[in-house]
Amino acid sequence: MSAREAVAREEPGDPEGPGEPGRYVPSARRIARERFHRTRARRATAIAAVSSLVTAVVLYFVITRSPGWPRTRDTFFSAHYAREALPKVLDGLWLNVRLLVICGACVLALGLLLAVARTLRGPVFFPLRALATAYTDFFRGLPLIICLLLVVFGVPALRLQGVTSNPVLLGGAALTLTYSAYVAEVFRAGIESVHPSQRAAARSLGLSAGRTLRYVVLPQAVRRVVPPLLNDLVSLQKDTGLVSIAGAVDAVYAAQIITGKSFNYTPYVVAGLIFVALTIPMTRFTDWITARTDRRRAQGGIV
Amino acid sequence: MTEPEPVRTAEPDRAGASDRTSASHRTGTSDRTSTSGRTSTSDRTSTSDRTDGEAGRTSETSEPVLRLEAVRKSFGRSVVLRDVDLEVPSHTVTALIGASGSGKSTLLRCANLLEEIDDGAIFLDGEEITDPRVDPDAVRRRIGVVFQAYNLFPHMTVEQNITLAPRRVHGVSREAARERARELLERLGLADKAGEYPDRLSGGQQQRVAIVRALAARPRLLLLDEITAALDPELVGEVLGVVRDLKEDGMTMVLATHEMGFAREVADQVCFLDGGVVLERGTPQEIFGAPRQERTRRFLRRIVAAGRL
Repeated sequence: MSAREAVAREEPGDPEGPGEPGRYVPSARRIARERFHRTRARRATAIAAVSSLVTAVVLYFVITRSPGWPRTRDTFFSAHYAREALPKVLDGLWLNVRLLVICGACVLALGLLLAVARTLRGPVFFPLRALATAYTDFFRGLPLIICLLLVVFGVPALRLQGVTSNPVLLGGAALTLTYSAYVAEVFRAGIESVHPSQRAAARSLGLSAGRTLRYVVLPQAVRRVVPPLLNDLVSLQKDTGLVSIAGAVDAVYAAQIITGKSFNYTPYVVAGLIFVALTIPMTRFTDWITARTDRRRAQGGIV
Repeated sequence: MTEPEPVRTAEPDRAGASDRTSASHRTGTSDRTSTSGRTSTSDRTSTSDRTDGEAGRTSETSEPVLRLEAVRKSFGRSVVLRDVDLEVPSHTVTALIGASGSGKSTLLRCANLLEEIDDGAIFLDGEEITDPRVDPDAVRRRIGVVFQAYNLFPHMTVEQNITLAPRRVHGVSREAARERARELLERLGLADKAGEYPDRLSGGQQQRVAIVRALAARPRLLLLDEITAALDPELVGEVLGVVRDLKEDGMTMVLATHEMGFAREVADQVCFLDGGVVLERGTPQEIFGAPRQERTRRFLRRIVAAGRL
């Protein structure tokens, strides 16, 4: 509707040339049509506003009139505890951000390696291919929280010489294990989406299988999977909060400490909202990239 | 890997033959000198340690660039090529005609080792390329292919498309590869498109870029697989014009085509494929003028009825 409006509003102002004899004058039919579109747009806006208001009012009354509301408000939305929690949660958040950046880089690299290993042909590569397939099958099926618990508590229990028992490192490793399996599948889908004729063209030029992958297939594959990859990174961003179960003091654990002392859950709400605030820019960025890709595809490009 | 280029011996008598050929050789000058240098060294080594190879090489003055011997290819149960024999002499154009599914494209794909043949043998410059011990990449480096659907790399500019193989496969320096690309683009009237991405070009321009890409590495043989089939009628001419020029330049080509008029004009040899068999082969005059086989006659009648001849 709004796009249509914009077009309608722009066009009457486009003269075919200033002062030229054949200057375009909108016909009465067009003017009537535009008037109709405008009234309809106004009506739509009015309806949306009214229905939003009604929904908000209904929700407000349902929640505030519920029998447990005063208690809930004090436990979950206490301004006092929010103020107390905010700096500590933000301190903890710095760990989540670092985890995201480092795990994200590792996940992308490992995922790409796994995907390439799965697409290798030839009998020499059979063990590699089988291993990569088993890895992705296993870690995509294993719940992240179980993977975390096994790595964080299982690895130190082995008491191996020189292996860390730092919960942050182990938690990060567990996140990388699980997420690289997902990301590998995304990359593989991208590799397989490149049309075989592209491979044929590259091979016919004398490029080896490896060079074909590097110069022709992967550049196209990666471009295509940027939107789903960003989606997985958004997901990783919030799942960094799970390292708190290992005892690493991140945003979630910082909130938990306060909650443990005061039995007030406001810090959790604060931490949750901060995570949401952090993912929103990333989600918007993903949407923008996706829209841009779709637009280019619609123009006839193959990305 | 050293690539023997034995048919070079046929060249001196062509070199000064006409203005056309000398003009054509100008574009490939640097290549010719470098390959002839390579040939002489490889010949010298082969005399010392490979006498049997030399014996085979004495007759190579008349050795065709491409030779197919009883080639058979099937996909599952359907036999696409059966006992196909074909010889493509140097500096000639061979046109493969026939209905869709008659095996034209498969033949070209087999010649470029994109498909593995079931039986028979294919020779490039007298060397059997279907021997499993032969490195297929080394063979493909000597053959240029142009596809029906252009198959340009969409993530690369025109120039990057053209310089990819010379730089990454043939080890040509970036500057030299770029210069060669510009030179060829200029010749085909595409000099201003070097920096464009393929999706900004018309079909005819894309196909001409694909031809330049195939030529950039100075192939011994060019395979053209229905290169005008995906083009709008008004764009067919510009692409066929390029092929005509290449023929003038003495490029050895095999083309699968539905453009009968063009095949008649440009080909030295026409092969009519039907059901995977070379049913009839001869000069364009023989095939189009006086076809011996009833099936050929029927095929040509259908083409004429469709207004393509």
